[in-house]
Amino acid sequence: MSVDDARERFDDLVTWATGTLRGDEVLLASLRGENSDFVRFNHGAVRQAGSVQQQSLAIDLISGRNHAEGSVTLTGHPATDQVRVAVLLDDLRAQRAVLPEDPYLLFATDGSDSERSVLGELPAAADAVDAVSTGATGNDFVGIYAAGSTFEAFGSSMGQRNWFDATTFNLDWSLHLRGDKATKNAYAGTSWDEQAFRSKIDWSVRELVALGRPPKNLPPGGYRSYLAPAAMQEIMGMLSWGGFGLRAHETRQTPLLRMVTEGASFAPAVSIVEDIAGGVAPDFQRAGFQRPNTVQLITNGAFDSHLVSPRSAQEYGVATNGAEDYEYPLALAMSPGSLPAAGLLDALDTGLYIGNLWYLNFSDRTACRTTGMTRFGTFWVEGGEIVAPIEVLRFDDSAFNLLGDRLEGLTETAETILDSSTYEHRSMESLRLPGALVSEMTFTL
Amino acid sequence: MTDLETRLEDRLRGMLPADADYASARHVVERGTNLSVRNGVVEPPAASHDEGVMFTVWRDGGIGYGATSDLTDAGLAAAVERASDWAQATAGRSVVDQTPLLHTVGDYETPVAESFDSMDLVDQIAILVRADAAMNVDDRIVDRGAAMLRYDVETLLITNGGGRVAQRIRQVFPDLHATANVGSNTQTRTYGRAAFGGQGGLEVMAEHGFADAPVRIGEEAVALLDAPNCPTGVMDLLLAPDQMVLQIHESIGHPLELDRILGDERNYAGTSFVTPDMFGTYQYGSELLNVTFDPTVAGEVASYGYDDDGTPAQRTYLIKSGILQRPMGGTISQARAGLNGVANSRASSWNRPPIDRMANLNVEAGEATVDELIAGIEHGVLMETNVSWSIDDSRNKFQFGCELGRMIENGEITGIVRNPNYRGISSTFWRNLTGVADDFTTMGTPNCGKGEPNQVIRVGHASPHCRFSAVQVFGGEA
Repeated sequence: MSVDDARERFDDLVTWATGTLRGDEVLLASLRGENSDFVRFNHGAVRQAGSVQQQSLAIDLISGRNHAEGSVTLTGHPATDQVRVAVLLDDLRAQRAVLPEDPYLLFATDGSDSERSVLGELPAAADAVDAVSTGATGNDFVGIYAAGSTFEAFGSSMGQRNWFDATTFNLDWSLHLRGDKATKNAYAGTSWDEQAFRSKIDWSVRELVALGRPPKNLPPGGYRSYLAPAAMQEIMGMLSWGGFGLRAHETRQTPLLRMVTEGASFAPAVSIVEDIAGGVAPDFQRAGFQRPNTVQLITNGAFDSHLVSPRSAQEYGVATNGAEDYEYPLALAMSPGSLPAAGLLDALDTGLYIGNLWYLNFSDRTACRTTGMTRFGTFWVEGGEIVAPIEVLRFDDSAFNLLGDRLEGLTETAETILDSSTYEHRSMESLRLPGALVSEMTFTL
Repeated sequence: MTDLETRLEDRLRGMLPADADYASARHVVERGTNLSVRNGVVEPPAASHDEGVMFTVWRDGGIGYGATSDLTDAGLAAAVERASDWAQATAGRSVVDQTPLLHTVGDYETPVAESFDSMDLVDQIAILVRADAAMNVDDRIVDRGAAMLRYDVETLLITNGGGRVAQRIRQVFPDLHATANVGSNTQTRTYGRAAFGGQGGLEVMAEHGFADAPVRIGEEAVALLDAPNCPTGVMDLLLAPDQMVLQIHESIGHPLELDRILGDERNYAGTSFVTPDMFGTYQYGSELLNVTFDPTVAGEVASYGYDDDGTPAQRTYLIKSGILQRPMGGTISQARAGLNGVANSRASSWNRPPIDRMANLNVEAGEATVDELIAGIEHGVLMETNVSWSIDDSRNKFQFGCELGRMIENGEITGIVRNPNYRGISSTFWRNLTGVADDFTTMGTPNCGKGEPNQVIRVGHASPHCRFSAVQVFGGEA
């Protein structure tokens, strides 16, 4: 089903469902769907290839302060979908009748309509396989090509309608030399440029040459380090896990607890914003609230504003800023600094160039102490020259150190990273991050 | 049910291309229910109904799939066409070019002793309200919650060679959490961090003592505030079953997945330190280590009769007396690797293709009592309930953390410590297994992520307490 057809049928379905409501019932409906191609590669050959077309409708049925939520997959066939929604509404009505009032219920009653389309021109799926297969020739290429249209919508019985769709591709790959020695890269966007893809493959091949040098086995200890944007993505992922949400702060489970209780801060160079306007996520959420263009999370090293879901807003008596219930940033952006890319290795001088980090978790959450592994494209540098790849190392350090007094600088350009995650559906999250030079990072294993 | 949904099985069978080398339709209906109470407030129940079909076509050395939630004739036909197109597009450039898959006939259903249908919604919520309230043991409890997540999954696999496998799996994951705080010190205790799930009905709630757990969880969260930091040093480590779940999962389960060994996951979940030549000879652990892939354990999270390729499942030793026996690889991976495997080709739902996954992966019981294991420790720590997990992409260098530690001195527990962590290397850690208790406990996890496109799947683990020597142990920030 085309995106335009999906939009029309969603509108019709919400209008139809609104007509079935009883008394003071209010209906909130959220649609999520995709028409996606997925091609998985290993050893430069295709491991699995296929297409997924799916639509799921989530409904919150409200009467007064009583409500119940449910979701159902849609077929796209109006009569069948109406039956499914009718069954769901009956179930929710029965549940709602026996539930106590929800003191934290909050939904948009005067929201405005919106629409946004991120248009793309993608190659035919088979052509994309040809292009990737050709580009992978001669290399141990592993990865995934995910492409197609995704769409999200909100509609309420009060007439509000919001629509978002995007047609994008995301090729996420690694080239492997031997064992765990590999280089990682990605090519994502809205229109395929063969030359741009070729140049990224060429970059991967060049890095592979450097990986061919005998690896250096470093003992645990503290090392001067440069964290490339892809490595910073992992650090930011951990900070985002409760770092910015109001509920995590109020319940003292945030990894930034010391900012709350002790006035701790990052270095003044660190400013972090939820940049919905600059990302590719929808600017509306499941209770019908609009997301502001930006929410300033960290300003000059100090905590600034929370991400606040409607539920938290009601619980803690503040205004919502359109966060979903999990209060996780969808378009996190970190301000760049002044380190020129050209002189990066000279600035590092001797230490670790960390291309990627992997499998991070908190070793002491309330101290924001995090552990994780080096992975893909990580090198030992001496005198501003890459000397050797390293055997993987485990770090265990606090972001209050890495982004605090040990932060020597951020690169002058920030890299846009489109999230390649495909759990349940293709992600519309993104990040814009600089690289970071730190005077010391602690490695333990 | 509408006309479109009637005779779905006949319609699916009729759409399978007869001329394909192999073709299948896998129809999945998953109904989920999530009930939760937080800080005395009943949160809105969330029910989900997820339904769709994946067609898979193997033809002339190519393989493709088409998955859709559109169950109209036109929607299904379009999905078959997309699967066929992909088979054509990948012919001659696939990792595998001939199907080893079978046309199996069979069925399986979770045994349920006491159905949730026998208890109305109000009473189910009342259980959670009571549990939530019981955790509120102290003013320093700043957040608490009780929840119950249920899944009812019906799968029908039909093949163009007459295969038909119908399965119905019902899983329950109860959960509790209590968070206590003073200043910059926050401590959380949970009900096994969702590990105490299982297959069945209401009986799953009782199996691990859900009714009695809340007060203990609240009290332990508060007690941890005043507990000393876990000491740093090399010492004996006794892991409770709800930490063994994680230890088994990360440092035995993932390394033994055959698709990782074959390189499929190198761009995402990672590779493995295990290589094909190790099977049959490699000393993975001490002779006390016995590990089974066992989808036959009644009530365990990932019990089933057949995997999603239709391969019959059976109990199989992966590690016996410490020696590595075979990997976890489904029929396709076995053909690629030339190795025996198990029936573990599983998909998270209708919209993802099957890949090699864990199912029930268990450490078999030993003969010692837990008290005997404790008595054998001169200086060490007992750790309970996973809270942090991190391991390298070869599944070797790991670091795990737990909610609560209990110091052991001269064979006796002396007190609790907070922020207990330990680190090690898989290939040596299991060889330091010095004791296996007799308290075999079935558990699991609802969140195992892997695959491109990504898939989250529910897996089972069962284990007794296990004791390890010479482990690097440490605590949190002072």
